Amino acid sequence: MVAKRFPVEAGHIMMFARAIGDENPVYYEETAADTDMGGVIAPPTFVMAAAQFDPDYTLRPRPGQPWMGSGRTPSGTAGQEGGGGGTGLHAEQHFTYHRPIRPGDVLTGESREGRRWEKQGKRGGTLKFSETIVDYRDAAGELVVTARMVGVVTERTPSEGES
Amino acid sequence: MALREKELTVGDRRETVVVDNLTRTQIVMYAGASGDYNPLHSDEVFATQAAGFPGVFAHGMLTMAMTGKALTDWVGNGRLKTFGVRFRGQVWPGDTLTVTTVVDALRDEDGEPVADLKITTTNQKGDVVLTGTATARLDA
Repeated sequence: MVAKRFPVEAGHIMMFARAIGDENPVYYEETAADTDMGGVIAPPTFVMAAAQFDPDYTLRPRPGQPWMGSGRTPSGTAGQEGGGGGTGLHAEQHFTYHRPIRPGDVLTGESREGRRWEKQGKRGGTLKFSETIVDYRDAAGELVVTARMVGVVTERTPSEGES
Repeated sequence: MALREKELTVGDRRETVVVDNLTRTQIVMYAGASGDYNPLHSDEVFATQAAGFPGVFAHGMLTMAMTGKALTDWVGNGRLKTFGVRFRGQVWPGDTLTVTTVVDALRDEDGEPVADLKITTTNQKGDVVLTGTATARLDA
């Protein structure tokens, strides 16, 4: 997930804060000025919403294109991809914060590959782990947040387990 | 707002219920705000009939975000230096999540006091759904 241009807006932060059930006044324009931050900042996991600004993000349906979710059938793309193979899961997520994100920031996300390793799983066969690191920088090129994701691909779909 | 170094002791712990009876609607809200529209999280027909799960389940990142609320409620706004988690189990509609945060170490980093925190998020059955760590800046 890479957003070449991720403009941070107060309304988006409000929607995100509502979605995570966080009523901290620092996330809402009408109350943030009276907080110790003096204005709106973004919650700690907000850069995940950069997905909205990734033109190629695969987990967003597009008009006129096949989508894996249900419509006339339980899956709109059944048999077209994957097809009974393994499943990709989000195993770990790590953030390093360099400064708070504020509305008006225009961030860029640059992605790089990290480590790769394998492990024998109990239920899902061989587990293949891979790291993706995204550096989010502001318009001046300064680092704002570094996000490191660890994904895991299993050979078989585990019936229960990591999400 | 922020924590003061002299008010903290290693081993101090805090428990916060971050969601009581998670609704499918809240999962949909998170999909809309984050942009992660994976139908596993919002489309019961897909999740059960196409993907073989018992139902829809929360985004791991929603669980991390709710865990983050417990952290920022304690350490204050703009205080986190790092926050990292491992996803240990799925979170389902109806779940109630409790975040337990423990002060693991108090030390200086880059000339300022910080606290290292250990984080465990459990559901109503006591199953661990997330573990993690964070480092937060403290007031002297």
